[in-house]
Amino acid sequence: MALRFEARGAASRAMVLGSPAIAVVLTLAASLVMFASLGTDPVRALQAFFIQPLSSERGVAELMVKATPLVLIALGLSMGFRANVWNIGAEGQLTLGALAGGGLALALYGYESPFLLPLMFVAGIAGGMAWAAIPAFLKTRFNTNEILTSLMLVYVAILLLSYLIHGPWRDPDGFNFPESRLFHDSARVPVLLQGTRLHIGWPIALAITATTWILLARHIIGFQIRVVGLAPAAASFAGFSRTRIIWTTLLAGGGAAGLAGVMEVAGPIGQIVPVISPGYGFTAIIVAFLGRLQPVGVVFAGLLMALTYLGGEYAQITMNLPNAVTGVFQGMLLFFLLASDILIRYRVRFVP
Amino acid sequence: MNTVNRAMAACLLAAGLLAAPAQAEPLKVGFVYVGPIGDHGWTYQHDQGRLAVEEAFGDQVETSYVENVPEGADADRVIAQLAETGHDLIFTTSFGYMNPTIRVAELYPDVRFEHATGYKQADNVATYSARFYEGRHVAGLLAGSVTESNVIGYIASFPIPEVVRGINATFLAARSVNPDVSFKIVWVSTWFDPGKEGDAAKALIDQGADVILQHTDSPAALQVAQDRGVWAVGQASNMTAFGSDAHLVSVVNNWAAYYLRRVQSALDGSWGTSDTWGGFGADMLVLSAYNEAIPADVVEMAEAARSAIAEGSLHPFTGPIHDQEGNLLVAVGEVADDGMLLGMSVYVEGIDATLPQ
Amino acid sequence: MTIDFLVAALMTIITASTPLVFAAVGEIVAERSGVLNLGVEGMMIVGAIGAFATGIITGDPVLAVLAGAASGALMAFIFGCLTLWLLSNQVATGLALTIFGIGLSALLGHQFVGVTLAGLPRLDIPGITDLPFIGPLLFGHDALVYLSVVSVIAVAWFLRHTRAGLALRAVGENHDAAHSIGYPVILIRLLAVLFGGAMAGLGGACLSLAYTPLWIENMTAGRGWIALALVVFASWRPWRAFFGAYLFGGITIIQLHAQGLGVAIPSQILSMLPYIATIVVLVLISRDDVRMRFNAPACLGRSFHATG
Repeated sequence: MALRFEARGAASRAMVLGSPAIAVVLTLAASLVMFASLGTDPVRALQAFFIQPLSSERGVAELMVKATPLVLIALGLSMGFRANVWNIGAEGQLTLGALAGGGLALALYGYESPFLLPLMFVAGIAGGMAWAAIPAFLKTRFNTNEILTSLMLVYVAILLLSYLIHGPWRDPDGFNFPESRLFHDSARVPVLLQGTRLHIGWPIALAITATTWILLARHIIGFQIRVVGLAPAAASFAGFSRTRIIWTTLLAGGGAAGLAGVMEVAGPIGQIVPVISPGYGFTAIIVAFLGRLQPVGVVFAGLLMALTYLGGEYAQITMNLPNAVTGVFQGMLLFFLLASDILIRYRVRFVP
Repeated sequence: MNTVNRAMAACLLAAGLLAAPAQAEPLKVGFVYVGPIGDHGWTYQHDQGRLAVEEAFGDQVETSYVENVPEGADADRVIAQLAETGHDLIFTTSFGYMNPTIRVAELYPDVRFEHATGYKQADNVATYSARFYEGRHVAGLLAGSVTESNVIGYIASFPIPEVVRGINATFLAARSVNPDVSFKIVWVSTWFDPGKEGDAAKALIDQGADVILQHTDSPAALQVAQDRGVWAVGQASNMTAFGSDAHLVSVVNNWAAYYLRRVQSALDGSWGTSDTWGGFGADMLVLSAYNEAIPADVVEMAEAARSAIAEGSLHPFTGPIHDQEGNLLVAVGEVADDGMLLGMSVYVEGIDATLPQ
Repeated sequence: MTIDFLVAALMTIITASTPLVFAAVGEIVAERSGVLNLGVEGMMIVGAIGAFATGIITGDPVLAVLAGAASGALMAFIFGCLTLWLLSNQVATGLALTIFGIGLSALLGHQFVGVTLAGLPRLDIPGITDLPFIGPLLFGHDALVYLSVVSVIAVAWFLRHTRAGLALRAVGENHDAAHSIGYPVILIRLLAVLFGGAMAGLGGACLSLAYTPLWIENMTAGRGWIALALVVFASWRPWRAFFGAYLFGGITIIQLHAQGLGVAIPSQILSMLPYIATIVVLVLISRDDVRMRFNAPACLGRSFHATG
């Protein structure tokens, strides 16, 4: 007997929801084996991964804090991915956004104004866009592959951050340690829920999700993006400008990543530090695909991804499981989720 | 937080401590690590300290750790999670955790925190670090004595005071035994990349260095030294096994000495905030065995320096010390004060290099 | 600057570049068949621990090298199953493979931290290796360096001059057409992916057996990503990837030497050089529109499902 996949006529609505459920069941089964073979109690481990982080108000707030940059960046990236524009340098764009917005906070240190924070947001978005404009320009002008240029610019951005924070942007009263001053209050993102770190970034991310959804579903640019991605020949036949799509999607991705960056430094971190992002720009690529490049899907994928990080920490704290287990577990979950998507477009047939 | 709250917290804390001997609940001790335990360097040594605590106190304590915690927005969350899950004493073991530790400590006034290598304390936040420069003094004496090319190579990570202080301490010691010695310094912009550290060691050896010192974490440079037949000094952990011929000595970070003391004080109720900066004297730095190939008189001199530093009769930064522009940093007969050491960001006179800024 | 100094610097460059050569050439084969595997970093690190662990347990360097290749290929097999058979997205699956690989290697490597291994032996032909300049440069390396050169020659020849190579390129250029003339698209791609994984594993083995013979978590430190960049930089040609790797290694080593010689530029700025240089060279190459399009496999990153 053999297994075969046959294309469905139309995407299965049931499987849109069913395939993640199947993936989760498979992950649970596989992780039972993994945890048992490591000599840990699998039920307790899964509880640490999925239940403990959500068992308090603070935990739920933390989940949203962690998911905010992932969702924001993934939203921007998914627009590009739909049009086959492969921006994998969001990490660099995030860094530049944080530097531009955070640099403004440092330049205007002590300047109390309700306009400062919005200005920082604008600067952050502009910073991210500027960094994304380099691959956009090189792609449209010289046909240079954006995967490579955007990736290389990640390293340049991180080294630039390192240079600034070990040199000119150090806290003047900080014994020359590599940290900037703590931003003053009007340069900080306001907290929504007292006693937690939940800040206005999460509702902003949700609002952008809704906007993106409308844009993609209703606006002509959304249509163009889809056509360019699915059928480039038809798109050029219809007179859609590929150049315009490349610029639009890269700037959108860069802007979103830049905003995420400035919200990290002006939000939970509160200053510029040598490590602003633990790889959000790369993780967001996975989030974008887990969310099937759909705005609403991205929100759920971002929350799920964030949950596995929080759960990994609980697994370490309460069960002394090494961090490596988190990586293996995350990898397995992602493998199953990505693989089970096939069930949406194909049905499984057993051929005797 | 207002005074009433603070007073209440203090009362609760006192009550909790008074009740401590009666209860059978173990003291929960948490550790936050910046790297993986498997780095065989900075984090590995902290974890050795944690294991020593478990070994020494047995059922009286329960320890847990979170490794690979980025020094950004995640740090607050992880530290708070440890506090939430009933940890009574939490060690945060990297400089980047300073502000997160202070922020979380404000939310959990009855939990005791200890932050490594920072400069901010609070009623429930103590700080601790090791006087690594004392170890570098001994390394400098050895390097200055054994070098034949009079060129010493130094692999540096980032131009922060900790690293600059280490370079200066090594240089002053090396010059004190060998006035012809010169330093070549290579900055690799990373704490940890075995390949790049090894490449830097090769570059330095190619440029004539016959002793390699490092302020990065991996044993790669020592392996290169072994391969090329030059000397090197182990950093942070005992690296003898990675190049037994090249290995002069390792300066080992012995966090266990500090952790055992602090856990004991938390158990007997005497824990209070403090700022500890301990070196050889406090056993927070220890030396591995010296290489047997080092001449006996050199080992004798190094040992004498080590015990003099431990007793307090010798300070690696004793004047006169000038910076590269000739400005007096430490006057004749004086020793550098801790404030100056903490913020040190100029090279001392004689180092033929420019400090990148 | 003496000859000895130059030789020594070149030797360092060669060692630093070899892991990149392996990984990049392997990825070229995978990508020429139309599969974009961004999991090179994950395959490399698993190759590194696989090789190191085998080296410690058996003490046999040949087995260790083979184990490195096999570990990388096993990782690639997971990727191949997911992307080729289950049609999962290649970019996302590759990234997930890296997360998985870093975790898995740390888990497997737990007991090998702090253990040492004698590095791979270097070729030493009395009289010949001692020749000035040429001697050490041509006859003074470990076996993996020679293997990397051989693999470049072999892959270049395979892609250009063999029927199988032609089939592989056809599958990468137009999988539907290749399928319709009877090529087994999925099988060819699976083999290409496995080869890419084995080569990435060899690159990892270079790191843990020869370059820095030890095991430390995350010891690849981003080299898998550099290898990916080199593939595009080389416009999918093995020889260009080879020179690209040496150029990249060269700039890295030269900036270390420049510092030792007292060039006072912030080290972060110097460290940016290889990346900026890569972008510049890439722009120069890809300005030639037609040739660039010709080089990039047309089906890169696209899933194939045979209908009917």
